[in-house]
Amino acid sequence: MSRAHSLSRPAAIARHALLLATGAVVLAPFIWMASLSVKPPGEIFQASFSLLPRQWYALENYGKAVTVAPLLRYMANGAIVCAAILALQILFCAPCAYALAKMEFRGRSLLFGLVLTGLLLPHQVLALPLFILCYSLGILNSYAALILPFVVSPFGIFLFRQFFKTIPDDIVHAARLDGLSELAIVWRIMLPMAMPAVIAFSIFSVVAHWNDLFWPLIAVKSPNLMPPALGVAIFRGAEAGSDHGPLMAGAVLVVLPLLIAFVAAQRWFIEGLTSASLK
Amino acid sequence: MAVFIIALTDWQFGARTLRFVGLANFAEIAGDEGFQASLLNTLLYVLMVVPGTVLSGLGIALAIESGRSLRAFYRAIHFLPFMATLAAMAIAWEALLHPTIGLVNQALAGLGLPTANWLRNEATVLPVLAVIGIWQNLGFAMVLFLAGLKSIPQDLYDAAEIDGADGWLDRLRTVTLPMLGPVSLFVVVVVALRAFEVFDTVQILTEGGPGRASEVLLLTLYRESFEFLHTGYGAAVTIVVLVIAVALTLVQAKLMDRKVHYQ
Repeated sequence: MSRAHSLSRPAAIARHALLLATGAVVLAPFIWMASLSVKPPGEIFQASFSLLPRQWYALENYGKAVTVAPLLRYMANGAIVCAAILALQILFCAPCAYALAKMEFRGRSLLFGLVLTGLLLPHQVLALPLFILCYSLGILNSYAALILPFVVSPFGIFLFRQFFKTIPDDIVHAARLDGLSELAIVWRIMLPMAMPAVIAFSIFSVVAHWNDLFWPLIAVKSPNLMPPALGVAIFRGAEAGSDHGPLMAGAVLVVLPLLIAFVAAQRWFIEGLTSASLK
Repeated sequence: MAVFIIALTDWQFGARTLRFVGLANFAEIAGDEGFQASLLNTLLYVLMVVPGTVLSGLGIALAIESGRSLRAFYRAIHFLPFMATLAAMAIAWEALLHPTIGLVNQALAGLGLPTANWLRNEATVLPVLAVIGIWQNLGFAMVLFLAGLKSIPQDLYDAAEIDGADGWLDRLRTVTLPMLGPVSLFVVVVVALRAFEVFDTVQILTEGGPGRASEVLLLTLYRESFEFLHTGYGAAVTIVVLVIAVALTLVQAKLMDRKVHYQ
């Protein structure tokens, strides 16, 4: 790739200066948040500017964040809900996608049309009917209300179908000759071959539901069930903006798991999260 | 479908009776100052976020692509806000924008510039929320532009060079920007769709205030449907949101098709 002629020295320096400056602006909220989360109240309210505290107060702030508000509980809820949503999504979407990609049956294009229509709908639009549905099922304010609405993911079906389509029919035929059932073909042949799609979708799904505020706000009222985004929002409401240290510590804790995963698997994250827009 | 039907009734959630009121809910939202403010604010927000996000995303993508060192590092930094939990980052922004102890006002005061109570002032609240929106989405736009830059064939640069375009600016003007046309249009629509769905920052930081200065469509939808249980009204707002979102998505799908043919 030599489209970029190697830059002259001043141009290269200008490039780094520009990107470091924009990078610093982009990182400012993260840095400020982390900085406040390790400062004692006295230093937070001091007018003088410094990133590092004179007196480390991390233990107190983080301790308060996990005891005054059940931050760890929120994060455990987030893990439970994200894991359940993802597992069920794959369980439902992979066979659907296989049927749409590799099997001949009447109404297939109609069904695929429905999937495409599902892709059009932002999930906030579905909130009202889903709320009424969950109410009549009596599952509001439960894990089920947080999980079930997302189990059938049109995006998941679509993504898997596109990937399955690229797998040659010969492989499917050979597997059938070997006596594998259709479902066995999905789990033992198609899905392992579609690993890149599975990983991209998993990252998309987990990030979306860890971060989701809108639906949990509607679906659950009990703090014991709240996922992290809602939990930290409630924590802020309760603190009413007075006790900054523990609040920032809470925000750091909520952001941290995804941040660590992102640093570990940067390329996969970028691919997974942008794939949703390229549907 | 259910939403369409509810939108035509005066049903309140939990009520056993409902009356068919035809288009009265739509007439009500059309004449309601709250809804008008909400629609207008959402539109203004989108009009601020889209150019800000697209231009900064494009600029950063061009800068990253123009050299070879530290590409992955810069890409990762600028992408970070897009995946970070917005509810938590809204709280971080609130601390940055805090009237007395926030970094923004400290820096402005240090430079001798006027400070403000950014989130409590009717004039500043929407632009400040838009800045947060741009901050969150610029990495997303950057990634889409980087992909677009990669798909420009090297031949075009070689041809431009033969034609005498040898400065970086020349190449940008004659090859890069024209070739990015279709991608840019696509990015505009995708970012517009995301900006249109703004909710988390508004719900946490301003609750639509001060007054109605930052009330946006999804906040109206949420409050009318689930806080005030004003279900018919909420359903009518839902339909409005649906129509706008579907229109934008269809434009996006159309652009995707064109891009495929283009290559």
